[in-house]
Order: sequence, then structure tokens, then C-alpha cells
Amino acid sequence: MIKIKINGKEFFAEEGETVRLVALRNGIDIPGLCDHPDFKPKANCRLCYVEIKGQKKPTRSCTALVEDGMEVTTESERVSKMRNTNLELIFAEHIEKCPTCVWRFECPLLKMADKYKIKLTRFPDRKAGRKTYKFANAVEIDGSQCIDCRSCVDACAMQKIYYLELKGKGIEQEVVPTNDKKKHCILCGQCAVHCPVSAAQEQTHWEAVEKIIKSQKKIVVAQFAPSIRVSIGEDFNMPYGKVMTEHVVAGLKKLGFNYVFDVNFAADLTTVVEAEELLERIKTKGVLPMFTSCCPAWINYVELYRPDLIPNITTSRSPQIHGGGFVKTYWAKKMNINPKDIVVVSIMPCTAKKYEAKRKEMKIGGNFPVDYVLTTREFSFMLKKNEIDLTELQPISADSPFGEYTGGAAIFGGSGGVIESALRTAQFFAFGDNEVCKFQVDFKDVRGLEGVKEAMVDVAGNKLRIAVVNGIGNVKPVLDNLKNYDYVEVMSCPGGCIGGGGQPIPTTPEIRQKRIAALYEIDKSCELRQSFENKGVMEMLDWAKEQGKHTEHKILHTEYKKRK
Amino acid sequence: MDIILKIKEAGLVGRGGASFPTATKWETVKNAPGDKKYVVCNASEGEPGVKKDLFISKNHAERMVDGMKIALDYLGAETGYIYINPSYYNKLARKLNKLIKDTKIILFKKDHRAGYIGGDESALVNHIEGRRIEPRLRPPYIATNGLWNYPTLVNNVETFYNVSLVSAGEYENKRFITIGGDCPNEGVFYFDENWPIEKILRETNNYPKFKFFVQIGGDASGEVLNSSQFNKPVSGAGSITVYSAIKHKPNDLMRKWAYFFFNESCGQCTPCREGTYRLKEALKKKNIDWQLVYDLLGNLEETSFCGLGLVAAVPFKSYFNNVYKAYD
Repeated sequence: MIKIKINGKEFFAEEGETVRLVALRNGIDIPGLCDHPDFKPKANCRLCYVEIKGQKKPTRSCTALVEDGMEVTTESERVSKMRNTNLELIFAEHIEKCPTCVWRFECPLLKMADKYKIKLTRFPDRKAGRKTYKFANAVEIDGSQCIDCRSCVDACAMQKIYYLELKGKGIEQEVVPTNDKKKHCILCGQCAVHCPVSAAQEQTHWEAVEKIIKSQKKIVVAQFAPSIRVSIGEDFNMPYGKVMTEHVVAGLKKLGFNYVFDVNFAADLTTVVEAEELLERIKTKGVLPMFTSCCPAWINYVELYRPDLIPNITTSRSPQIHGGGFVKTYWAKKMNINPKDIVVVSIMPCTAKKYEAKRKEMKIGGNFPVDYVLTTREFSFMLKKNEIDLTELQPISADSPFGEYTGGAAIFGGSGGVIESALRTAQFFAFGDNEVCKFQVDFKDVRGLEGVKEAMVDVAGNKLRIAVVNGIGNVKPVLDNLKNYDYVEVMSCPGGCIGGGGQPIPTTPEIRQKRIAALYEIDKSCELRQSFENKGVMEMLDWAKEQGKHTEHKILHTEYKKRK
Repeated sequence: MDIILKIKEAGLVGRGGASFPTATKWETVKNAPGDKKYVVCNASEGEPGVKKDLFISKNHAERMVDGMKIALDYLGAETGYIYINPSYYNKLARKLNKLIKDTKIILFKKDHRAGYIGGDESALVNHIEGRRIEPRLRPPYIATNGLWNYPTLVNNVETFYNVSLVSAGEYENKRFITIGGDCPNEGVFYFDENWPIEKILRETNNYPKFKFFVQIGGDASGEVLNSSQFNKPVSGAGSITVYSAIKHKPNDLMRKWAYFFFNESCGQCTPCREGTYRLKEALKKKNIDWQLVYDLLGNLEETSFCGLGLVAAVPFKSYFNNVYKAYD
């Protein structure tokens, strides 16, 4: 343990930590735009200078490692001159599009301009002519807002996708999609969640959603993902990992959504469908290992890079599609509403969900189960734009019948959660009621933030070999050794959905840890922890069965195809 | 006597411009752990006004290659690269390839786009590895983590030439100086390293009769001196460029330097990518905002990522102090 002083105050630090990290952890703000705990320091923005006693020149705190007894001052005339000049230069790279920018309330550029009293306009903007690169209908990079920190390129490399590249030198430098026809964007959005200035961002749906709510011509239904309840609080000054389920419902109602459903309900449903398929594959000696399908970026990965593995993916639809599908069939009928008059909006931690929602094969009777997808950031922006403070709202429960959930669904948002939930249910289905003692609820081996987790699970005498891939960058060793596994979960984003491309910024290893821990807390506090115990889910599945094989299949299953 | 002692005794320093003690660099590479080691001869010579590496590789290539071989032996290194300026390559490749036949040395032609920044030892290492040509964040240093992360010795052409002389016991503390600009006898000369500027100009019959100033160590990043400052030896990369004080309008010169740095910036860090561009733009104006120019220059030398940016202020500031003020 090392002790250092920052601005006269003593702090503990670990060897190998940087000065900036220690300062930020202790609430001392040192400005910086290019470093992120997920990446090696790049030291290109040149903002984070501090004075270290005994050193002639100010030093960059993003690369300066702590030493015992070090005395750091974060402000001096020299430091402020260096930082302010570079800030002015950076401001002129970023064309302000504040009125429609979802990042406006969190924007570090605006905050720094305010804090250091710097004019945003000492230099004229120079990037007016820059292109916006759109990646399918989910993610985009707006070159006119880019400040050249390169974190998006690092994020893409962390994912081992290498789709984003740097082109040109000097002021011609630009982040561009690769020309390499063998590389494809999987829309995970890690570039967006690592961009400090919203140049890499989601293709927004909030404008359209706002318009539809305002028109009052449709029944607008919101459904929110398992993981956003533990992250949205961060944008409202709540501690990391604060569970905000009922505040989320209240916020959505306040925004004018007519009904608010919890995707946790649908996650229970997905669990049951997937668990049944797993058992079926084991029984009939079908294609194994079976892959999970909840992560749409992972599906993009398989279709684009490894179409040979399509037969391995469960045909089960993902929770948001199951949820939307039942809203527009079961619920529409029950409520006597024409499905065409229902608009389903998902609030997701994810950018790839925008693409998933618009897949043609998802349509049921001509209707998309989900019409729009908002990221957590878009949701938070809409609230702030309407001056709604989530923390001040009276908590409300999600609407029935899509409001109930078990602990199995709650953990969907973290790496290992989907497979753990499916195993809880599969074991029960396989063993049956009489052998209660033989099945478990907690599968601790599949939890945690390691890149690849492995476990052996007994499902009615079959020893299932499980792998959990946390972050698409870690997928290769598992795909190279498929024979070793029977059931594999892949989440493209580090930590799973809690680290998704649509989540609040920053998302760091420490923050992911806290969000995921909150999910397990929800699970622990649930009376029911196995998805099949969700009575509403079983009822709806029975209803689906009654609609005949064709319709049932349409609502519950999907298909994949090779692309490009 | 072993080579490292000889180098130490001769007091060799790097001739690329930074004058880093050669023996220290060699020992760092030697002591760095690694199953492989590499040697690179930096013949990039991207600084305008300096032509001595061309001169040496043309006229004393045997010495340069000999110096590299000594380094390869000393380090037990895997491969040596001659990282060579593309226009030099076109002139000298045939001859050099003949010389390095059956050795561990490979000729590596620098990309014409690599420019000035390609001469930075970490940018050069990136280039040879096939990465983006720009400096690396240091530490770790190239001496310990260079080519493919192996310890790598990068020395200038003239440094290897000197090593060869030292090894043969023929080193005489001389250095190569490129002389150019507004003077009759341009070329590359070889003098005692302690000779002052004035002596060199007189000895080569280049001391002008008109009002003039000089830039030493390169036409871009070199320091500008007036005639009262000619009693010191040449520092940095070996060059003296003579400027007629009448012919060279201050703003034109500054525009030229600014354009050079702007054009050569790799784009990695804010002060250089943005700063050199804003500097160029500021100097274009009819009424120049000198406070802005001064801020941008100060910011370059305080916060740049690599040597290119850090020295970019040198010509401007020395010009202000030594010429502009002295003559006005």
C-alpha cells in the first residue's frame, strides 16, 4: 500500500496505479478525455497535467504512476495554461450539436468549458465537412464531433473486431470503417460507450418516440431491460449499482408511455423456451453445443463471421422480441386492441437491439414485435430534457401481466446470467419435481468478469460442459474448441448487458462490477428464482400453444442466415 | 579493449540530433532481457537542410555497415535494418545491397509518406513492424521494448560510422556538417566537433559579407543565431544554414516553419495536430495575433507527445530572441 498526497490530502493507492486513477477514485477531478480503464493509456489529449513535487515540468497524470510519499497538486498557473490551450484546441474539433445531442447533459466538453471558464470558440470549427458513418441502423460515427482521442478504435480492438481504423495523418486524421471486406461491424456499440463526446453514438429513436407519444394516436408501450434498472441511477447521481426498477417505471409513465412492462417477465419466458430446446437437443442428440441468442451483436457475429455455426444457436427469440410479440398478440387480444395501434418501445442497454428489432423474420402477422429501441442513454436524455428527476418520482410497479419476474430473469443482464437461468430451469425440467435435492439454484462458476468461464453441470444424468464468454473479444478460444462444450453463452459486451454499448458513460471494470453485483442482489431478494415458477409466463406459453404450431413457432422462435 | 569501453573513452554521443551517450544506449539494449535483439541504422534524415547521412551512406557506406556489424556482434542481435530515406534508397540501394550481402543486415526503404516523424525511433520501429507511422508512448523505451517488443538499438548513420572509427582506433572527434543556404560553397564538410560556427564558415569560404543569421541543426527544428553567437560549436544534427537578413522576410520564414510542422504532424496529440494547424493559420493572417502564436508555441513545447512537437517552438523563439529583437 502506497500513500500519496493530492492537494494536501493523503490517499492510499496501489502500486502500478496512475495518479489520475487515484484522484478520480477520491472525487478529485482531473480533466482528461482520452484515457479509459479498459485501455492502455494513449496520452494524446494532453489535458490531465498535474504538478508533482520535485519534478521540473508538469506531468500527465494518466501515465504518471504513484510513488510512496508523492505530493501532487492538480492546479497551478502552468498546469491551467497547458490544459486550457489544449481544451480550446479540442473544442474547435467538435461541432456542437447540443440541442439534439443525447449527451448534452453529461457532456465533458460543456462541463470543462464551464468549470475552467473557457470560451468554446477561440478557434473556428474545422470539421464541418466531416462525414457521418452509419453502421446498419444502430450505430454511427459523426466525424464532425470527433476529438481524435481514438478510444473508439481501442474499443473495437478490445472486441477483436478491428472494424474501425484511423485514416490520414495530421488534421486529416479520421476514424473510418475499414475497407477490408472480411471485417464487419457487429453493432455492439462499445465504440459509443467509450466515446467521451458522443461522436460515436447510437442512431437515435427518441425523436420518433417523442412524436408518437405526443400524437396520442397510438397505445405506446414501454418495456425495459433487466440491466438498465441498475445503471440508469448513475445519470441521476445515485451510487453505482443502485436498483431503480420502480423509478424506471415511474419515469416512463411520466414521459407519457401508456403501459410499462418489465422485460424481466419476458426473460423468464425466454429462459423456459431456451431450456426446453436445450433438453430437446440433448434428448434427440441434436446439434451441440447450443449457443444462447439473447445478445444480438453475437448473432451478428455468427451470421457475418461464422455462419457455419448457425445450427448451434438456439432458435429462441430474445426477451425483447418475446415481450413485444406477446404484447401484440396475447395482450392485444385480451385488451381488444388492434395490434397495429400498439407501438412497442424497448429501453435497452444496447445498440444492436435496434438492429434486432428491425429484422424482417421477427414480424408476426405483418407487425414488428418491437417498433423502437431506446438506449439507456437516450432514456436518461429524454428524462432530463423534460426536467424529470428519476430519484424524485414516486415508485410504481410495472404493469400486469408483464410485470412479474423471478430471480432467473433478473440476472439476464450480466455475463453468465442467461445460462445460469436456463440451467436452473433445465435442471428442474429434467429431474422433475421429485428430485428436488438434485438441482441447484446458484451456479457460481458461471458468474464473474473473467473472459471465459467454464462449469460442469449435471442435468438428469447428463454432465453438461458449460462455457460463458464474457466479451466477444474472448470468443475465439471457445469457438476453436467447440467439441469441449455442450452449452455456451456469449455476451458481446464486457460484463454482459450491464456493460452494453447503450449504457451510461463511463462504464468501467469497477462500475460493471457494481452493476452486476446489484443484479445478483435482486436475484437473491426474489421469492421465486426459477423462471418456470413465473405463473404468468407458463400461462402465456400455454396460450401460445393453443394458437397452433405455426403461430406458436412464430412468437417463440426465429431463424438466422448467412450474411455477406 | 572491448568495444563498449572504447566507445565510452571516445565519449561518443548520438549524431541524430539528441546527442544521447552512445555507450549508455548500447548497454541498456545489452542488459535488457529478450531472446532476440535488433539493430537499426537510422538513415531517415527527414530534417530539411541536413544531408550528412546521405553523404556518409554514399561515401563511407563501408564504415556505416561496419559499425552496424560491431553492434550486431556486441548485442548478439538477430537482424539489423538500415531504415533509409526513400530518395537515398533510389540512389544507393544497389551499392548498399551489395555491401550487406551475406550479412544480417536488411535495407528497409522508408515510405515517402513517413516524412519527418518517420525519423523518430519509435515511429520508425512502428513503420518497420507495419503499424501506423507515429511515435509510441514511452516508457517503455525502444532500447528495451523496440521491434516486436524486443530490445532494439537505434543509432544514426554517423553514430555507426563513428563506432567503426572508434573500433579501428581512428576516431578523431570530428563531425559532419552540412552547410547550405545563402552561401557560395554548399556541401557536407568534416571538422573537429569543437570548431565554432564562425570558424567553420570562414574555413569553407562561406562567411557572408552581408547582414545574415544562421540556423543550426536543421532548417526546421534548428536554433536560429545571430552573428554575435557564432563562437559556439554546432549542436543537434550537424548543419549550418545561412540566411541573408534582407532576403528573408520574418513572416515568410515563420510561415515556412509552421507549414513544415503542420504538414509533418502525425495527428496523434492535440498540441501538435491542432496547434501546428492553428499556428499555420494564425501566421497566414495579415494582422498576426502574436499572443496566440506565442500561446501555441508555448503549448507545443510544454505538452507535445514527441520530439517533433517539443522542438517546434525552437526556430520561432530563437528567431524572435536572437534575430528579430537584435536587428530591429
